[in-house]
Amino acid sequence: MELSGADILVRCLKDEGVEYLFGYPGGAVLHIYDALYQQEDVKHILVRHEQAATHAADGYARATGKPGVVLVTSGPGATNAVTGIATAYMDSIPMVVITGQVPSAVIGSDAFQEVDAVGITRPCVKHNFLVKDVTKLAETVKKAFYVATTGRPGPVVVDVPKDITDPNIKVPYHYPDKVTMRSYQPTVKGHTGQIKRAVDLLLSAKKPMIYSGGGVVLADASEELRTFVRHLGYPITSTLMGLGAYPATDQQFLGMLGMHGTYEANMAMHDCDVLIAVGARFDDRVTGKLEEFCPYAKIIHIDIDPSSISKNITVDIPIVGDVAGVLQEMNHLLSTGKKQPKKKELEAWWKIINSWRAKQCMSYDHNDKEKIKPQAAIELLHEITGGDAYVTSDVGQHQMWAAQYYGFDKPNRWINSGGLGTMGFGLPAAMGVQLAYPDETVACVTGEGSIQMCIQELSTCLQYGLPIKIVALNNRYLGMVRQWQEFFYKERYSHSYMESLPDFVKLAESYGHVGIRVERPEDLRPAMEKAFAMKDRLVFLDIVTDQTENVYPMIAAGKAHNEMHMSPHCELPQSAERELS
Amino acid sequence: MRHIISILIENEAGALSRVAGLFSARAYNIESLTVAPTEDPSLSRMTIVTTGTDRIVEQITKQLNKLIDVVKLLELTDGPHIEREMMLIKIKASTMAQREDVKRLADIFRGRVIDVTPTIYTIELTGSGEKLDSFIEALAEHKILETVRSGVSGIARGEKSLHV
Repeated sequence: MELSGADILVRCLKDEGVEYLFGYPGGAVLHIYDALYQQEDVKHILVRHEQAATHAADGYARATGKPGVVLVTSGPGATNAVTGIATAYMDSIPMVVITGQVPSAVIGSDAFQEVDAVGITRPCVKHNFLVKDVTKLAETVKKAFYVATTGRPGPVVVDVPKDITDPNIKVPYHYPDKVTMRSYQPTVKGHTGQIKRAVDLLLSAKKPMIYSGGGVVLADASEELRTFVRHLGYPITSTLMGLGAYPATDQQFLGMLGMHGTYEANMAMHDCDVLIAVGARFDDRVTGKLEEFCPYAKIIHIDIDPSSISKNITVDIPIVGDVAGVLQEMNHLLSTGKKQPKKKELEAWWKIINSWRAKQCMSYDHNDKEKIKPQAAIELLHEITGGDAYVTSDVGQHQMWAAQYYGFDKPNRWINSGGLGTMGFGLPAAMGVQLAYPDETVACVTGEGSIQMCIQELSTCLQYGLPIKIVALNNRYLGMVRQWQEFFYKERYSHSYMESLPDFVKLAESYGHVGIRVERPEDLRPAMEKAFAMKDRLVFLDIVTDQTENVYPMIAAGKAHNEMHMSPHCELPQSAERELS
Repeated sequence: MRHIISILIENEAGALSRVAGLFSARAYNIESLTVAPTEDPSLSRMTIVTTGTDRIVEQITKQLNKLIDVVKLLELTDGPHIEREMMLIKIKASTMAQREDVKRLADIFRGRVIDVTPTIYTIELTGSGEKLDSFIEALAEHKILETVRSGVSGIARGEKSLHV
């Protein structure tokens, strides 16, 4: 079968099983769009800005585990996509981004809409390709999917010059079932000897701690993690990216750790004697001051990426491999071995942890009759959605409150930009999730700052009938910036207050959606119930919240886990120094 | 600590910039970098000289290995190895005394005079970086018009070899 490059590209996507292609047309990709027009297998979603195409594909990937696929044109199409590519790269999300390029003959001549897409994206992709020969196109696309989805996943860019997709040049088409690359063979099976050593160390622990991350979600290893944690009976904390892999409502779960982690999780990290990191990468928002990170602990680290191991924190037992496989092996050793966890010591450890827990570090003012507390809005969201919604978020205070107060019991439900911290991520990511799961509830928790960074996607939502619920916590401030300015800049609120905000209700309505503004605490429940009862409409809930609320607990950048700043409403001094236990 | 890392990398457009970009993006030091195709034209051999603590160099090797185009990597300074660098150096040699002295120094360092004009000698010299430095020092009395150094190429001694 002989096909043009444009037809080949579209056939490749079909043969790869791609359901949705998020994109925006332009000169360099017109041949490809013409090929898309003549088929119905791959559904194209027309966004309103290329950044949103990448975030939507990213949201789709995070919710389903399948790679997200994007098509943009050359020049500004490619540069607009870069933020979304970098977002996916930082969180290891599988994605294939096809960028159009000017014709081969004019590459390098500063042609109209020309940028060096391969050069610009190089530092924020797992790999990228420039297609120079149409006979190599199908193989290159296969390689792109292979690289994006195996090992530590990540975005891959395929830059396709316009002449490669010329409808008049036809070549034989064959989509390979698999490709091998001599230069890319990721290690997936953990070293058995190391796994045995790790299990021995774990069972010798008196104050053990499990710290799990986004790798567990990416590896679809939630079941294995649950078996592992329950067998051991050890406390577990999670990074922002790992929430949901272990149920938040379970007694063994201490909540999130790190900069805005719980008192009990951070104190347990600080005091533990054996720490196992499962698919987590010791990010600075998690570790705080490196010199004082887990000062008494021997550390085990499971990660599929060798370069994550001993990058920030030197570990004692590294295990390179797929988290699911390694945990399965550990679970097998634990269930068949004679040695069991140290019962007495573990009981004593839980007693200490429970005393930390009793401090109720997540308390907030429940008695304010005038102002809506953002935490209360998130708790209500949990209640009304039965804790089972797909929740995307933007970046800032609302993101932390969603992470802290929603209580995710399932993996792939919490979708946020953790590594890059990209404002504008939430709404387009929610589009990708809603397309993947049309019958599920999808909520986008956002702020009045973040939502305006990709607000144009309200139009896309109407075009494709996506009944997303936007839960905007509107405090008229860039809240997280304001919080840092309050704490560290003597309340000099430099450019963190937002004036001239749009009327979000009218804005939503002008895009053809429903808008509801909520200003008083007693109106919150009926408004949210009404919004979530509208199953087939996008509803924009503009919730006017307390302007002065801060995210607690907080560890200032560069401080240690036992140097938390506490909420004035919990039973701890505001600056909780370490208690002698 | 100085380390020499040898890499076999796919001989593709952009492969060099991936390596160079990695060093600048992650703020790693790079003292010299040489690259050329091998006997297998689909592969290039690269020698990188870098400095850093053991921890940093471990990260460098891991990050290099992570590049999709990198096929194999060997840290030469981990074991016995040979390193060589070539230098072309142009020296003013217009008087008889200058010409004799430059020739004599070149002989001592086992260099070769490869180009001669009435006023200039151009010398080719191969050896370790230190040897090339010493030669430049020995020429202190003379006027150096130009130096071109290739950067270090390295190879492991004995059985150990970097190949696919």
